Amino acid sequence: MSQEQTGMFGAKGTGDTSGYGGLVRTSATTGSTERPFGGYFDQVADDLERAYPDFADAITRVVVDRGELTLHVKKSRLVEVARILRDSLKFEMCMGVSGVHYPDRTGAELVALYPLLSLTKNQRVRLEVATSELDPHIPSVVEVWAGNNWHERETFDMFGIIFDGHPGLTRILMPDDWDGHPQRKDYPLGGIAVEYKGATTPAPSQRRSYR
Amino acid sequence: MTFDPYATSRETTEGTVFSVTGGDWDSLVSEIGESKEERIIVNMGPQHPSTHGVLRLVLELEGETVTEVRTGIGYLHTGIEKNIEFRNWTQAVTFATRMDYLSPIFNETAYCLAVEKLLGITNDIPERASVIRVLMMELNRISSHMVALGTGALELGAMGPMFFAFRDREIVLDTFEEITGLRMNMAYVRPGGVSQDLPAGMTTKIRDVVKSLRKNFEDNAKLLIGNTIWMKRTEGIGYLDLAGCTTLGITGPVLRSAGLPWDLRKMQPYCGYENYEFEVITADTADVYGRFLVRMAELEQSLRIIEQAADKLDKLEGQPVMVADKKIAWPAQLALGADGLGNSLDHIREIMGSSMESLIHHFKLVTEGFRVPAGQAYAVVESPRGELAAHVVSDGGTRPYRVHFREPSFNNLQSTSAMSEGGMVADIIGAVASIDPVMGGVDR
Repeated sequence: MSQEQTGMFGAKGTGDTSGYGGLVRTSATTGSTERPFGGYFDQVADDLERAYPDFADAITRVVVDRGELTLHVKKSRLVEVARILRDSLKFEMCMGVSGVHYPDRTGAELVALYPLLSLTKNQRVRLEVATSELDPHIPSVVEVWAGNNWHERETFDMFGIIFDGHPGLTRILMPDDWDGHPQRKDYPLGGIAVEYKGATTPAPSQRRSYR
Repeated sequence: MTFDPYATSRETTEGTVFSVTGGDWDSLVSEIGESKEERIIVNMGPQHPSTHGVLRLVLELEGETVTEVRTGIGYLHTGIEKNIEFRNWTQAVTFATRMDYLSPIFNETAYCLAVEKLLGITNDIPERASVIRVLMMELNRISSHMVALGTGALELGAMGPMFFAFRDREIVLDTFEEITGLRMNMAYVRPGGVSQDLPAGMTTKIRDVVKSLRKNFEDNAKLLIGNTIWMKRTEGIGYLDLAGCTTLGITGPVLRSAGLPWDLRKMQPYCGYENYEFEVITADTADVYGRFLVRMAELEQSLRIIEQAADKLDKLEGQPVMVADKKIAWPAQLALGADGLGNSLDHIREIMGSSMESLIHHFKLVTEGFRVPAGQAYAVVESPRGELAAHVVSDGGTRPYRVHFREPSFNNLQSTSAMSEGGMVADIIGAVASIDPVMGGVDR
């Protein structure tokens, strides 16, 4: 999400006649959540701090939002943290990885999110790792959770995040010789412009829209 | 060596490779007879009647033993997640419902629960809406399990169970049609509630449906449970134990067949599942037969939940099915007319005739949509195939910034090789059928 947005419409290059052109909105909160986090989140954070001496260095932010705990992890420490979460804190399952592309966050455009599940304790935690578009490398967690194999291939396919150490990082949904990574924000949706009695309806990503 | 256009051979670093695409088998066998190796690579699918849709399997065989299975997917990729980013929050339901086409209500509910979490209105959803969601999900679970059982049996050569299963599935789909107007892809669950209330007298009909389904299910149970041929095709086949399931992230009936009673409806209840009485079914065999038994027994549990939901609905008669906030709920009360679902005539009369403000509000909400506060949310439901999750990110606008679906079919299909390698080639079919992958969900 952008740090700052202007106007209400997605139109570019044409005049905005709505009167909302001067509207400026800022979004995206930064910083950690203050303790207590509530629920089992404090326990998870305590246990992780105890089991992992480098906690303060590896975990840059701890965010609790909408009843979900997110740990922002430095990408170089991801595999270490993952292993401790699995072995010491009993997060036996990783439910995959999802990518998000924030073109305006310079230096941290690509984000990978790992939802973890503990069957033993019935708890959930999310890991968030950010990397730059220019250096889209994140270490693979397939050696920790083998089930992330296809998920990482999908995120590579869709976002171009290269998971170092993945046993076979190839495209999975798009054809092997496809150019580009479709889920990036600068990749157009495409679609076929519809011609109707001389007037043309542009493809969805080209239309003027509300934001 | 004569030239055969259907069985060409070429020299590679690994020796002679024969490509067989049809034609005279005898001439091929005589040609291969000269070499001692029996390694055969078979491409199965993506157009194959036994692979549950457009799934491609590349099998490496030694005689009839499978030494390696590679799975190829992506043939049904439709870019649903990308498309959703260009529609407003309500329209996205129309896309989400089309992913796993056998369990549309689950797709919709997972997405809507995530959006409601982002909006912070999870506790404001009217009870009647939640009960209707539960009712629809459990009906959907039955129709989905019916396809799993019917096509699974058909792929292993049993024709009868498929007829019974699809007969029962039709009963459920007819019920869907009566409630939503559509048999599949209903876009019935919306952020804030459901699109419309049940038609009058529906709970009575649902009780009749439950009665006839309960009787009908006996047919398949009699046909298959304990059937010698069925047991020989399924027992000990496609084995995947609990450790294998957790490391591969497997959920749903496959996990429960390994003995762990993990069901999100019990463990992390949503939509008020904590208020229903039902059991989590497990098996201890971790094989295809165990998964079959789990699905069969889950049907009865779903019927129990449906009965309880019908009772609750009778008590909640006349209560709203959409959140009260008019900035989120669509202004019109939809009504089923002679020509299908549309705006209620009363509402059109009001906005066109008497209240311009209502007209403006209606126009803004439908064309522009509502705004969702920035942030991210992750909502899970127990779909017929396991944990279905929606990870939804908002930038504070009228459209989803990013929606990712954690599809259980996609994840569980990874276990194909673990289940099949070392077994017989014919058992791959049973193993894949027991995972019950739906390619629409796998590829999205």
